[in-house]
Amino acid sequence: MRIESETVAVKPVPKQPYRRSARYRALLRGKNRPVWEEDPNPLGLVVKGVALLVIVLTVLFPLYTVVLTSLSTQADVVRSGGLVIVPGGLSLSAYTQILSGGIVTRATIVSIGITTVGTVLSTTVSVLAAYGLSRPGSFAHRPVLFLFLITMFFGAGMIPTYLLVSNLGLIDSYWSLILPGAVSAFNVLILRAFFMGIDRSITDAARIDGAGDWRILGQIVLPMSKAVVAVVALFYGVGYWNAFFNAMLYINDNAKWPLQLVLRSYVLQGVTLPGSGVGQVDVDDGAVTGLPVKMAVMVLAIIPILVVYPMVQRHFTKGVIFGAIKG
Amino acid sequence: MSVASSTPSTEEAPGAADTGDTAAGMASTPPPEHRADRVPHRKIPWTTRMRRDRSLLIMVAPAVLLLAVFAYVPMAGNVVAWQEYSPYVGIRNSPFIGWANFERVFTNPLFLDAVLNTLVITAFQLVFFFPVPIVLALLLNSVLTPGLRTTIQSIVYLPHFFSWVIVVTIFQQIFGGAGVLASRMRDAGYSGFDLMTNPDTFLLLITAQSVWKDAGWGIIIFLAALATVDPQLYEASVVDGAGRWRRMWHVTLPAMRPVIILLLILRLGDSLTVGFEQLILQRGAVGVDVAEVLDTFVYYQGVVNGDWAFAAAAGLVKGLVSLALVLGANKLAHLVGEAGVYQRA
Repeated sequence: MRIESETVAVKPVPKQPYRRSARYRALLRGKNRPVWEEDPNPLGLVVKGVALLVIVLTVLFPLYTVVLTSLSTQADVVRSGGLVIVPGGLSLSAYTQILSGGIVTRATIVSIGITTVGTVLSTTVSVLAAYGLSRPGSFAHRPVLFLFLITMFFGAGMIPTYLLVSNLGLIDSYWSLILPGAVSAFNVLILRAFFMGIDRSITDAARIDGAGDWRILGQIVLPMSKAVVAVVALFYGVGYWNAFFNAMLYINDNAKWPLQLVLRSYVLQGVTLPGSGVGQVDVDDGAVTGLPVKMAVMVLAIIPILVVYPMVQRHFTKGVIFGAIKG
Repeated sequence: MSVASSTPSTEEAPGAADTGDTAAGMASTPPPEHRADRVPHRKIPWTTRMRRDRSLLIMVAPAVLLLAVFAYVPMAGNVVAWQEYSPYVGIRNSPFIGWANFERVFTNPLFLDAVLNTLVITAFQLVFFFPVPIVLALLLNSVLTPGLRTTIQSIVYLPHFFSWVIVVTIFQQIFGGAGVLASRMRDAGYSGFDLMTNPDTFLLLITAQSVWKDAGWGIIIFLAALATVDPQLYEASVVDGAGRWRRMWHVTLPAMRPVIILLLILRLGDSLTVGFEQLILQRGAVGVDVAEVLDTFVYYQGVVNGDWAFAAAAGLVKGLVSLALVLGANKLAHLVGEAGVYQRA
C-alpha cells in the first residue's frame, strides 16, 4: 500500500514541450504568416533565403559584369581574362567610340526607328481590331475571329513568307522588318478579352447618349484599358527591338542592319564588319579594343529594355494572365 | 477559350434595340435584365447589319488586311512545295511536279537528323526546363513579405525581355573558350574548356540558356493560379491535421493543375519548334550534327542554298504536323477532363 501511494506521488509532471521565447517566435514567423500556419523551421528559412539569393544573383551578376566590362579599360579585361568582375579603372571610351558615328550608331538609330514605328502601328491596329471584334453580335465577327485564330495554330512558313516579301520588293526595305509580323493574333485576343470584360452598362450608357463606336473606344474603353494596352505595346516593342532574324533574312545591306544583327555579327561571331564607315567598330588596333566595346554594344541593346520595363512591369499580371487564361 | 463562347442567342441583341419593333416578343420575356438575351431571333438582313456595324468593320480592316497579305497569301504560297520552283521564273510559271519535293524531304538523311534533333531537344527540355518554373513559383509563393516578393519577381522576369543574341553572348563570355571561366582555369593551370562549341554538352547548354531567359517569366502564370486559392482551404486542411507537404499535395498542386496541363499541351503542340533564334545563333559554333533542327534546316536549305521548293515542302510538313499535334494534345486534354486550350462553345 504505502509503496503504491508513493509511486503515485512521484509520478512526474508531463514534460512541458520546449517553448521558444515569444520574441524569437515573432521574429521567426514574420508579420505576414497566417495564424494557422506552423512556425517555420529556421534551417528551412535559411535554405530558402540562400536559394532565392542564388536565383537573384544568377540573373543580376551577368548583367553586372557586362556593364562593368563595358566601362573598363582593355588593361582590366586582360587582367581579368575576360569579363571584368572587380572594378578597376573606369572609362567611358568604349561608349564614345561606338556612339561617334559608324555602324553601331546607325544601327541604334535604325532599331529605335523600327521599334517606334512598329510598336505604334502594331498597337494601334491591334487595339482597333480587338475592339472591332469585341462587340457581341456584330456583323461577321465570328469568321473574322476565326481568321485570326487560324494564324495562331498554323504558320505559313518561312519560305513562302520570304518569297512574298521579296516579290513585294521589300528586300532591304525597313518595312520588311515591320509588316510581316505587325499583327499578333495572340495580342489581339488579349486585348479583346479585356475589352469584353468591361461592363456593358457603361458602354451602353454612352451609346444611348449618342456616342458611336469610335468615341466609345477612344473615350471609354481605352482609358479603362491603359494597363493591358501598355503590356501589349511592351510585347510588340520588345519584339521589334529584339528581332534579328527577319533582318538576317530581308536586309542584305549591312548599313541598314538593326542593332541586334550588328550585335550578332560583331559581338557574338566576332566578325569585323566590312564596308565603309565601320572603322569605328573595327577597333582592334584602337586604344580601347575588343571586349569593352563589344560589351558596350550589349549594354546599348539592353538599356531600352531596362528603361521601359519598370514602367510596365506592374501591369504584367493583369495583362498577361487575363490573356493567357481567358484568351 | 472565351473567343468562341458567346452564345448564339446574343447574336442579334444590340442591333435589335435600334431597329425597333420588338414589342411582340418582349411581352412574354419577364426579367428585364435578361431581356437583351431573350429577344426572339429575328432575321435582320445582312446588308442592314453591315451598315450598322460599319465602324467596327473599318476598325478590323487594317488588321485583316495585314493578316491576309502576310499570313494568308504565304499560306497559299506553299504551292511552291509542289513545283519545280525557280525564283527567275516565278510561282506562276514554275512547273508542277507532284509530290517529288516531299519524297526528297522524307528520304533526306539531313531532314531526318533535324527531326531527331528537334525531338531530342523538346524531350530534354520537357524534363529539365518545364518543371523549373513550377518549383520557382512554389518557392516564391512561400515568400510572405510582399515587398521582397515583388522585387524578386521583377528581377526574375527580366531576362525574358532580352534578345537571344544577348543571352547567347552572355553565355559565350562566361562559358565559351575565351570566356571568363575558361581563362581563369587556364590561369590556374588547368586546360581550358569551351561549352559553346562542345556538341556533347550542347543540350545542357541550350537548356541552361532557356532556363536563364524564360524560367522566371514562366512563373507568372503559376503565381496567378496560386493567388486564386482560397486561404480557407489551407485553414480547413490545417484543422484536419494536414502538415506542410499534405497542404501542398492536396491544396496547392490541385490549384496549379489546370495551368500545368494547359502549358503542357501548348508545349507538346509546339514540339517541333525549339528555340529557332537560339539555335540559329549557335549552329555555326557547335555544328550541324546537334544544332540542326527543323526550322534551321528549312532556312539553310531554302534561303541559303536556294532549294526553295524543297525547303517549302519541309516547312509545310512541319507546319501540318504541328497543327495536328496541337489539335491532338487539346483533344487529349478534353479526354482527361481538362479545359484545354480552346473548346467548342
